[in-house]
Amino acid sequence: MKNNTEKKISFGSYAKNVLFKNKVIILFTVLCIGCIAASNTSLNYIASEVFSRFGRNACLVLALIIPCLAGLGMNFGIVVGAIAAQIAIFFVVHWGFTGIGGFMLCALFATPMAILFGWLLGILFNKTKGSEMITGLVLGFFADGVYRLFTLYIIGGLIPYDDPNLLDRGFGLRNAFDLSDSIKYALDDISFVTVFRILMLFIIVVQLINIVFGSKKNMTVDKKESMGKIIASAIGLVLSFVLMAVPGISAMIGGTRLILSDTLRIAMIVYLLSLVIRKFALKRDITKDKLVKTAVLTAAVLALSYIPAIRDILKSVSISACTYAVICLFCFFNNWILDTKLGQDMRTVGQNRIVAGSAGINVDKIRITATCISTVLAAWGQLIYLQNLGTFNTVQQQSNVGLYAVAALLVGGASVQKANNRQAIIGVVLFHTLFVVAPLAATQIIGDSAISEYIRMFICYGVIAVSLAMHAWKKKDKKVVKKTAGDEENTDAVKSVIWP
Amino acid sequence: MSSEYVVKMDNISKEFSGNKVLKNVSLQVKPGEIHALMGENGAGKSTLMNILFGMPAIWNTGGYEGTIEIDGKPVKIDSPQKAMECGIGMVHQEFMLIPGFTATENIKLGREVTTPTVASAILGKSLEELDRRTMAKDARRAMDTIGLGIDENTMVGGLPVGYMQFIEIAREIDKTGMKLLIFDEPTAVLTESEAERLLRTMKVIAGKGIAIIFITHRIDEVIEVADSITILRDGTFIDRLETKDTTAAKIAEMMIGRKVEKLVDNAGGDRKLDKDDIILKLRDYHVDMPGETVRGVDLDVIRGEILGIGGLAGQGKIGIPNGIQGLYETSGTIEFDGERIDPEKLGDALSKHMVFVSEDRKGVGLLLEESIEQNIIFTATQVENKFMKKVGFFTQYDAAAAKKHAEDMIKELDIRCVGPEQLVGSLSGGNQQKVCLARALTLAPKLLVVSEPTRGIDIGAKKLVLELLVKLNRENGMTIIVVSSELNELRSLSDRIAIVSDGKISGILKPEDSDADFGLAMSGVKVGGADNGEA
Repeated sequence: MKNNTEKKISFGSYAKNVLFKNKVIILFTVLCIGCIAASNTSLNYIASEVFSRFGRNACLVLALIIPCLAGLGMNFGIVVGAIAAQIAIFFVVHWGFTGIGGFMLCALFATPMAILFGWLLGILFNKTKGSEMITGLVLGFFADGVYRLFTLYIIGGLIPYDDPNLLDRGFGLRNAFDLSDSIKYALDDISFVTVFRILMLFIIVVQLINIVFGSKKNMTVDKKESMGKIIASAIGLVLSFVLMAVPGISAMIGGTRLILSDTLRIAMIVYLLSLVIRKFALKRDITKDKLVKTAVLTAAVLALSYIPAIRDILKSVSISACTYAVICLFCFFNNWILDTKLGQDMRTVGQNRIVAGSAGINVDKIRITATCISTVLAAWGQLIYLQNLGTFNTVQQQSNVGLYAVAALLVGGASVQKANNRQAIIGVVLFHTLFVVAPLAATQIIGDSAISEYIRMFICYGVIAVSLAMHAWKKKDKKVVKKTAGDEENTDAVKSVIWP
Repeated sequence: MSSEYVVKMDNISKEFSGNKVLKNVSLQVKPGEIHALMGENGAGKSTLMNILFGMPAIWNTGGYEGTIEIDGKPVKIDSPQKAMECGIGMVHQEFMLIPGFTATENIKLGREVTTPTVASAILGKSLEELDRRTMAKDARRAMDTIGLGIDENTMVGGLPVGYMQFIEIAREIDKTGMKLLIFDEPTAVLTESEAERLLRTMKVIAGKGIAIIFITHRIDEVIEVADSITILRDGTFIDRLETKDTTAAKIAEMMIGRKVEKLVDNAGGDRKLDKDDIILKLRDYHVDMPGETVRGVDLDVIRGEILGIGGLAGQGKIGIPNGIQGLYETSGTIEFDGERIDPEKLGDALSKHMVFVSEDRKGVGLLLEESIEQNIIFTATQVENKFMKKVGFFTQYDAAAAKKHAEDMIKELDIRCVGPEQLVGSLSGGNQQKVCLARALTLAPKLLVVSEPTRGIDIGAKKLVLELLVKLNRENGMTIIVVSSELNELRSLSDRIAIVSDGKISGILKPEDSDADFGLAMSGVKVGGADNGEA
């Protein structure tokens, strides 16, 4: 049946279909390229800007995926998560904690607050089923007001808070909150090799737990495989110390930032290695075809990286290993949670609450859980954002968090009903490229630099409107396609296949 | 004795706000038996099954009287979950499936197979990972049991309805400890071959020792598969009998309990129908209405007649009027009183005085939160600017005229209400239907198309609505098309009855024609009028 239909569809209509499916992405890619051309700015600058913005913003966008799949739409309510993060920062910084310890403490404090806020938000969403997006948006404004009250009066007023950041009148915070002596770059400055070691240790601990407690908790554990993983991780750990002894490599992987070209190489080595391990050590079913494809792809990427223009960019841009690792962790978390019973329940609730209810799923509880997860991820995302920024606007840093994150996700081709990690990643890249280059392009064209802030706001709201409109277009078109497909014949064909 | 019946319901009574819908009904089903529960619409079959399945609709309205025993033990089933624990499963009429999930995911919905992980050991059971391989295996096994050959990873969304039903069945079968499976009119939405397959599947399931309660209208199916039958009529228990001791005619008699009652006498009428005076002409008419697709209909409606359109659910009879009204996409020609109607233009049929009363009374037909008056006049105001008056430059709503008209209509159609201000949502089904008719009449229709006029209306009100239609036809000479799933209803008032099968007209019959002819036409065998469709 499948072969048949595939044969019927011509290449032309296939290509058309692909283009149509990705039209939001294509539109914004074209827009980005146009703006880059018009901005008259070096690619190096744009690339480094985009990479640093990506590191800053990706986690906030990834926080939107779970509520979207649970049928809550775009969660504009992540603002409350950001607020939780900022409140945590006020206190942790005040108590004098710095560096990564301070950062972790912020996360630790922000989490229960975010869970509480998320729980309340979830209850509100349950009472306004069907209009979660507008509820989230308005609640964001409301939370903003309460938060301002907190920063301007309650802190130092009701809550004792003796700090240089306090206004002279004795209560309320100064407008700008400086993190440069406390948690600025706390996460960004962790070197690649440290991240790698932590990962290896993590694998070892998890596998040890598997082996020790596995039988008690009825887990199906392949002890051999677990042992293999432990040994491999231990080898990796030892290797990391050996490599750090080599001067050139230690500079490459031991510094606070990772140069992009090195990142590329490391990524490729890791990918190839994992493929080899999966194929030969774990005996997973990987076809020769795939191996060849991977080899060709790797070679192509390597070759591309030697083109002077690209090499320039790769050499000049550096990223923070740990932040990017955390982004990967967020992606991994999203995928993992969707593959659990909880995630399956979320997807069921997202697709049809009535069916979910009749299957014995507690719909309200699942929706609250999804909102809580989203809020906690948003709080952590905001912490990552702020430690990179180094200083923030005490009163209104959080106000546009939801808006920017939603806009980015929509640019990536996500819809209000469906989103995934890939769309979030593509969306952040496109949206922030546009964010960087559009004001530059506008300045070039109009000749007035004061316009850039307006352009940014314009982009943000425009992006949401355009992508939502384009999605509506998508839906309408689908219906037409279905009609012209001559379904009568098809269903007959299907029938004959299904009922032999 | 205690284990002779898997389910034993005794003296079940149920009231909905003072209205007794079940009176001392009993039901017994043995293990591995296919038991048919029969009765007309409104006989109380669904209510009885809702009680057995512990639906919230029962408990929110005061519960029921009587006792239920499962395997000889008295139980109180107060939620669907409890029913499932007792080993009762239900295949719903509206599918409880998720289109965006695969067959496997739907079959294992809410009962996913999971494996514990480190995270779940620490943070709780809901974080256990899905074991997709075992889930697929279970789904495969359940689907194989009922002979469903599709890939377990197919998305349910694109499948034909027949397969969706089978996936529902597979889900019920997959549940462990299943003792009793309720099929609520399972063949209503299926094509004939699918229905046949379903019946065979039911036998397979029963062969495994699972009892089946089979709710249906279709006597032939019952004769074919059921071991025993319980018949309900108007909420009372009529009889429980073994299939082998009875005949189709006997069952039909017990179900209906009365002969087809003619509302009008055709022969003695003083009206004459001119066979060549065609008011509505459909040629090669297609409608793309989901679930009710019309696939090429040629039909002539004679001025002054009552034409019935019948057929089983899902065959396309409802698509015909909906298409003319422009609610779904159509193709082919529609000629009304010599003029072409353009269904692309919403309201074109209306403005030419062809008025449609929708079968979806609450969804399409009425503004439930508005008054009777508003409901009666709003289409006329919209289409013809009736009940509007000019005040200077502005057009204003003419409240006085509207009120007067509404009051006239209430009187004429005998709508039982406190006044034209009463909200339509608070009226009974029959009176709501009359409001729909009143609105249609306000437009002074040349052709009135009424779809399922008696759906969801109690028996007394049914007769009133039908009599009203006959009165309009006889006294005002209005041409009326009645679309209905209840054949007896059509036979009681129509001049001719067109039977739709598989989106085409399979025959145009007289009300006096034999049951056999109607039965054949409904199952798609061409009879009578040879001028329609292909051979």
